[in-house]
Amino acid sequence: MMYATRARQARPEPFAVRPGIAERLGLPYMDAPLAISAAALAAFSVFTLAQATKHDVPGNPYYYVNRQAIYGVLGIVGMYLLTRIDYSRFRELRVGIYTFLCASVALVFIFGFAARGSRRAFDLPFFSFQPSELGKVLLVLALAGFMIDGARSGSERQRTVRYLCLGLAPAALVFLQPDLGTALVFGAITLAVMYVGGVRWTHFAVIGATFVALTAAVLVVAPAVGTPVLKGYQEQRLTSFLHPSQDPGNAGYQQNQAKIAIGSGGKTGRGDRATQTRLDFVPERSTDFIFAVIGERYGFLGAAIVLSLYALLIWRALRIVTLSKNSYGVLVAGGIAGMLLFQVFVNVGMNLGIMPITGIPLPLMSYGGSSVLATFLAIGVLQSVHMQARLSQKGRFAW
Amino acid sequence: MYLRSDERGPAMSNRLALRIAVFGGAAVILFAILFFCLWRLQVLDGSKYLAEAKNNRTRSYRVSAPRGEILDREGKTLVANRTSLALQVNPRKLPLAPARKRAELSRLAELTHSSLRHVRRTMHEELKLAPAVPVTLRRDVGSYLVYYLQENQERFPGVEVQRVFVRRYPHGTLAAHILGNVGEISPEELKEPRFHGLPPGEEIGQNGVEYTYDSFLRGQPGLKRIQVDALGQPTPNGQLVSRPPVPGESLKLTIDRPVQEAGEAALAERGLPGGFVTMDVHTGEILGLGSFPTFEPSLFTKPLTQKEVDATSRNPLAPLVDRAIAGLYPTGSTFKPITAIAALESGKLSLGEVINDPGQVLIGGEVFKDAGEAAHGLVDLVSALEVSSDVFFYTLGYRMWNTGDLQHWAHALGIGRPTGIDLPGAEEGLLPSKRWRDQLYREGGTERPWSAGDNIQLATGQGDLQTNPLQMAVAYATLANGGTVVTPHVGKEIDDAAGRVVKEFDPKPRRHVQIDPGYRATILEGLHDAAQNGGGTSFEVFGSFPIPVAGKTGTAQRPPHADQSWYGILAPYPNPRIVTFVTMEEGGFGVESAAPAAKKILEAYFANRLSREASSKEGGG
Repeated sequence: MMYATRARQARPEPFAVRPGIAERLGLPYMDAPLAISAAALAAFSVFTLAQATKHDVPGNPYYYVNRQAIYGVLGIVGMYLLTRIDYSRFRELRVGIYTFLCASVALVFIFGFAARGSRRAFDLPFFSFQPSELGKVLLVLALAGFMIDGARSGSERQRTVRYLCLGLAPAALVFLQPDLGTALVFGAITLAVMYVGGVRWTHFAVIGATFVALTAAVLVVAPAVGTPVLKGYQEQRLTSFLHPSQDPGNAGYQQNQAKIAIGSGGKTGRGDRATQTRLDFVPERSTDFIFAVIGERYGFLGAAIVLSLYALLIWRALRIVTLSKNSYGVLVAGGIAGMLLFQVFVNVGMNLGIMPITGIPLPLMSYGGSSVLATFLAIGVLQSVHMQARLSQKGRFAW
Repeated sequence: MYLRSDERGPAMSNRLALRIAVFGGAAVILFAILFFCLWRLQVLDGSKYLAEAKNNRTRSYRVSAPRGEILDREGKTLVANRTSLALQVNPRKLPLAPARKRAELSRLAELTHSSLRHVRRTMHEELKLAPAVPVTLRRDVGSYLVYYLQENQERFPGVEVQRVFVRRYPHGTLAAHILGNVGEISPEELKEPRFHGLPPGEEIGQNGVEYTYDSFLRGQPGLKRIQVDALGQPTPNGQLVSRPPVPGESLKLTIDRPVQEAGEAALAERGLPGGFVTMDVHTGEILGLGSFPTFEPSLFTKPLTQKEVDATSRNPLAPLVDRAIAGLYPTGSTFKPITAIAALESGKLSLGEVINDPGQVLIGGEVFKDAGEAAHGLVDLVSALEVSSDVFFYTLGYRMWNTGDLQHWAHALGIGRPTGIDLPGAEEGLLPSKRWRDQLYREGGTERPWSAGDNIQLATGQGDLQTNPLQMAVAYATLANGGTVVTPHVGKEIDDAAGRVVKEFDPKPRRHVQIDPGYRATILEGLHDAAQNGGGTSFEVFGSFPIPVAGKTGTAQRPPHADQSWYGILAPYPNPRIVTFVTMEEGGFGVESAAPAAKKILEAYFANRLSREASSKEGGG
């Protein structure tokens, strides 16, 4: 006994094979295609920025490249760390997470620095931190927790209203910064979590109808009565994609230029002869319109590869939804999948001229530390769901 | 979705499975949309967008060409160019935000001493004509303003300073009415065939020879195509195509500067509104032509201030009107030689015929008096011209009152009809006739039809006659040269940049009239006596003039104004080379105001000729 006990202490499983380094890092339990596609997109972003932003900062051709590379590496580390944490812990922390989310977004109004007339970020040394980007992930985690927790209290209608309010409160704060794009992403996350969480179709129909009515009110009725809700530029951006060439001097200009850039890329791209994105015709080319840079430089080939990587990413996210060991994992993964799909479609659609300009970054591609880090963290959460599912073969999913 | 059995997660409820499937289906559809749009944009329409991108990155700049110079007949400069800086606004580069755009425009308005409304209106009008072309807000800005804008560039996005050519007038107001001015082409002018193909904003001649000879003077603007970035800033090594501007050709005028200067000085000295013209009687070349009051042509190189508008186009003295070609005046006795030709040629007067002038004559129950009621006694044509006997010419007017001979001859000599001068703004005038008066009477424009009195008035250059110094000069020139109605002109030739003659202007005579040489000699003799014989009307001015001349005074009644002073003179007598006509509104007797002015012009003309002839003789000897 003694011997056996000691031996057991020394070697817990006498017949077990000593786990390898990969095993101990948990790599076999991670979803490789997800990790690889995310890392590939980040690498493609650094590569594109290296070529396209050489002359952007005088005297420092690697300004954007270095920073984006650092954000990427930090993001991958963060993703890995999250992978090793059981995401179910976040469910218990939902109130704290939600409070932190709302507080950090609200604090921007006090401590944030203003860029182009809107306060969105804290100015830290080396880095300006935009809480609303991290907030996207936090909102998924908190909202999913609230849904699991409140699944049995109140009528279905009450619950729908409650989730909606919980999701839209931070969205409203972000909207007031003002940051219409991120507010819309918050809304999309809320709807995605509710959708996966099983809110009735009829409720979605009502929400949809209300949304359409509100949009009409904001864009048509409010300006007519004289109390505009949106700022002039916001409204112009939102509506100009409907008539892009009408006024090349104004809001439609950016969209038109982005379309020309992508179109001129042709099948294989113009490389360094790209003029649209190199000579500043396309604005925000390192952030919101980076897809136009890819389209012009690398043509249909490059742009299709990027789109395929996103398709792979979202497919893997949806697959993880189906694998989750518990309902919380389903909601979290579903929310993240919805968030990614929404951002990719709206951003690329805006580059292609079929969606309005809303200032939504392209996940992992657009330059920006907050966005890159937050997206990697979201993927880390997905990995965590995946890992927990693989570890608990006996996981029960009770709806 | 392929799953290995050992990877399969917990059994999902059907409801969740359905939702995930719908989610996946939506994702597939959205990606399909993105792929389709991408494919359409890049593969199907790629070449179209590539062309657009290439077009996008180039900017064409017009490089303005200097207008040709305008020279006097000796080749001395009358109008040259100087470079100037023009303030332009590129509407494509103005701030998008309405408030910032407004702020910038009002700052610009302040800098250019105009109002925000004016700036907006200018831009609006220019942009209607040519969208996306820089709008010139102000020409001829000072260098201090340029420096200010350069130092504050970030406060004035879209504002550019371009080098343009501006007219320079080294002699101030000299020959202002002949030269005219240039100005930006107006929307109406853009539609005219003579300006076909010109872009908006082009400078064109608006008046004078600048207008008439615009197509020669106007150069061809050059074109510069360069590669630019989105801010319109040229990129390094970005010059693509360049077509240099072609400067306009020089225009040499027939103007003799001493004559021009003397004429203008003589008018200005007397200070009365009026005009003068000096012309070669054989060729129609105009040696001098001017009007008083005059104006500074350089005013029009930049937008006029209200004060300047009040002083020019809204001035009751009408300094912009060229009284030498657009005046509408009765001529007084300077018309008498025309009456004489008409009466002689139509047989209503014979050479040597003597008429008694008792100082007044009763015709048709109406008394017509001599000027000053002077009784000249028995006069023939020569002495009638010498002393300017009114009764003599009243009689001739009465003899022709319903024959139309006076009108026929006056018309043939160019009274009341276009002269064909190469200056815009000339007036036809009015030669009163039976047909005109009766027509007017039928229409109720006057209380009586044509009567003998009308023709009697016309015979002495009074009444309804409306003409100007140029028409009278042409008529006198025709008499002097024996019957050739010349085409007056100020354009002499077009020279290219190297000074070679490209084109000469030698307009054909308008027509020929048959004037009996005997009649001509007699009339000229009368005019000579009038100027240089003891009893002549202008003897006190020309009696001591060293060169024989033939001149006629005129004092036109022009109620409610005071009498208008006229003088017409041919020199040298008996074979005149030049004709000079001077008129001054409210100048009184011809001999008082107009004749001294004419004398100064002749002095300038002959001083120039005599000294040159003397020097050429010395050189030759």
